[in-house]
Amino acid sequence: MSLEKPPRQRYATDESVDYDAIEELLGEHVLGRETHTDTEAFVIRPDEVQDVLFALRDEAGFDHLSLLVPQEYEDRYESIYYLTKYDDRTQEVGIVVPTAKDDPVSQTAEPVYRTADWHEREAFDLVGIEYEGHPDPRRILLPETWQGHPLALDYDQDRPQIVTLAEHENPIADDHYDEDTDTMFLNIGPHHPATHGVLHLKTVLDGEQVVDVDPDVGYLHRCEEQMAQNGTYRHQIMPYPDRWDYSSQPTNEYAYARTIEDMADIEVPEYAQILRTMSAEFGRMMGHFLALGTFCLDIYGDFTAIFMYAIRDREKVQDILEDLTGQRMMLNYFRVGGVVWDVPEPREEFFEKIRDFLDELPVATQEYHDLITSNEIFQKRTVDTGVLDRETAKQYGVTGPVARGSGIDYDLRRDDPYGYYPELDWNVVTEEAGDNYSRLLVRMREVEESARIIEQCVDLLESWPEDDRQVQANVPRTLRPDPDAEIYRAVEGAKGEVGIYMRSDGTDKPARFKIRSPCFHNLHALPEMAEGEYVADLVASLGSLDIILGEVDR
Amino acid sequence: MSDTPKRTIHESSDPMTKTREARMGDVDSRFNSRLREAFGSSPFILTKFDQFMNWARGSSMFMLQFGIACCSLEMMHTYAVKHDLDRFGSGVPRASPRQADTIIIPGTIVSKFAPRMKRVYDQMAEPKFVVNMGSCAISGGPFQEGYNVVKGAEEVIPVDINVPGCPPRPEALLYGVVKLQERISQGESAPVTVKPYELEQFGDLEQDELTEKLADQIDTDDLIMRYNWADSP
Ligand code: SF4
Repeated sequence: MSLEKPPRQRYATDESVDYDAIEELLGEHVLGRETHTDTEAFVIRPDEVQDVLFALRDEAGFDHLSLLVPQEYEDRYESIYYLTKYDDRTQEVGIVVPTAKDDPVSQTAEPVYRTADWHEREAFDLVGIEYEGHPDPRRILLPETWQGHPLALDYDQDRPQIVTLAEHENPIADDHYDEDTDTMFLNIGPHHPATHGVLHLKTVLDGEQVVDVDPDVGYLHRCEEQMAQNGTYRHQIMPYPDRWDYSSQPTNEYAYARTIEDMADIEVPEYAQILRTMSAEFGRMMGHFLALGTFCLDIYGDFTAIFMYAIRDREKVQDILEDLTGQRMMLNYFRVGGVVWDVPEPREEFFEKIRDFLDELPVATQEYHDLITSNEIFQKRTVDTGVLDRETAKQYGVTGPVARGSGIDYDLRRDDPYGYYPELDWNVVTEEAGDNYSRLLVRMREVEESARIIEQCVDLLESWPEDDRQVQANVPRTLRPDPDAEIYRAVEGAKGEVGIYMRSDGTDKPARFKIRSPCFHNLHALPEMAEGEYVADLVASLGSLDIILGEVDR
Repeated sequence: MSDTPKRTIHESSDPMTKTREARMGDVDSRFNSRLREAFGSSPFILTKFDQFMNWARGSSMFMLQFGIACCSLEMMHTYAVKHDLDRFGSGVPRASPRQADTIIIPGTIVSKFAPRMKRVYDQMAEPKFVVNMGSCAISGGPFQEGYNVVKGAEEVIPVDINVPGCPPRPEALLYGVVKLQERISQGESAPVTVKPYELEQFGDLEQDELTEKLADQIDTDDLIMRYNWADSP
């Protein structure tokens, strides 16, 4: 076991990105070069976005558009595209596209990366940058009739607004209507048991078949980015990540902790790393148990058996986390530079409780397999339905169990190591088929891997010398990162890659805080999985994506 | 009184209402029903029947299956094993508002969702009750300062009981629901408060800069909800 943080060897080894080569590749498109805290970025013209991105994707292999950050400065608008590779997450590059203040128009990246579609709609919605050539330039999070762009500098938060409650029109009524085929428009949600929260699916059916589905999000847009921008780095931001993906809180806290620590250059004590890793894996379990229970609720409508089994196990995890943190759900356990406190006394009792849980887990898993995966009806409903193939998944920026269910071997815990993961022995689970069944299998097997990680963490925590149990690094009371420092960091949440971009303006609050939510991109791929299938399979596919609306809408 | 033919009761129930009010005390009008009007002619049965109805209502609540945000996970735990809300007769959640008389509001309400929530509430069977779960539903909670967040469900629909917490533990929600049941069986309910954000037709709005701007996007008979963020608490 080494005592050092796993080094990020991007600039040193042979596999590192050669930024000079990229500069050469982009040639005269490059107007300038910036150094962000963790990557290099190139400034380009707003009308050459596609040329640049095509070159980077096709020649340099940057096939994953991880995040688009729109923001407004005093003198310009700016969109930053953060690109990376599914094969090697440590390789990153940023593309900065400044646009004029009076004419914030930039070329769309949608033809290069499908996922840019929703990214750019959000950028228009919240900041007001327009993307030329965008196939569907509507607002996405706020209602269509909203006035102004809330994250732009001159937005007046007190202005009145009007929100409609109109009938929805069949979006394809014109081109699909004739004597023989008769399509029906069906609203699913925003209040519906199958939508896992407040999501609205505008669905067009031909008989029982889905012809068109358009996810309409924004019913839980709680201004999380604004909330974070109003909070101080040191204490006031940390409670919010708990409320993004509220089914597996510690993994989100990890995202913020990792970002701010990299930005402010804080070393976390090793003992705290283990506590973090352990709680994050408990969080992953919580998320996966819920996903399992609600997925079966979607498929069997089974509120009585499997759902209760899953909640029973989730309850056990919540119990352990409650002992650790004092809260059942909004744990707020992480602190900048460590965690809030050590495991509860008496330690043996706490560890025994975890061990008991881990001992019972294989039995529980077997129960699930008996009830679910080996059930013929379940297989009929999930095998070969909602298929998402590998290339399409990459185009949509899909991550997490959904990507791994499509055979993409991508897991940030291994590919961009953080915390204590590199020191532990565990596997990344993948499945090749890309259907609803494989996504469920991935989650079930990931729970087993999480159990392995937790077991090793418990062993370490138990044997840790008493006077070396440091849970907090020395962190200044007020954090003020250098002005204009920019950073984008991500961790592996229960749903996929949870990332955070922050820009500092030298004060104790971030000037821009942007969240990359895995569910947002996973949900974007839903039409690919559901169109042409039966409407019941649409519900199954949605369930298999395991979206949490708090994270989709932020 | 009791010899008045039934038909006239339908035409005017004034005298009956008076006697009943005198007997029942200060009862909310949401408890009124045709059935009670009919029974109102026979004083002895009237009293018993009201109490009986209230008791029955309080002991068999039909909850709407309604999830909004984080709080809804704790709500699911309240329904499920260990906490088992059903043992208090507040049942298995119903998926349709038409079959439900109680709604738990578990989460943050934002501008886009508020009109939809109001519609769901309006579709529920009368008399209906609202449990506010968590600080978001009470006041906007940790997101109160968001540009898009409605500062509590009470801005949109009347609320009977508030369960504070972020999120409240399942035990707390249980306590809240049981308290509500107690109050229902005693014939109490919260007064219907003023709701700043009502649904109205776009055409009925006062003409101002904003309505003029939206005039070509919104039909005059479309339902809308108008938010005045500056005046909300
Ligand atoms: S009160 Fe807290 S837990 Fe409940 S919805 Fe609001 S933020 Fe989530």
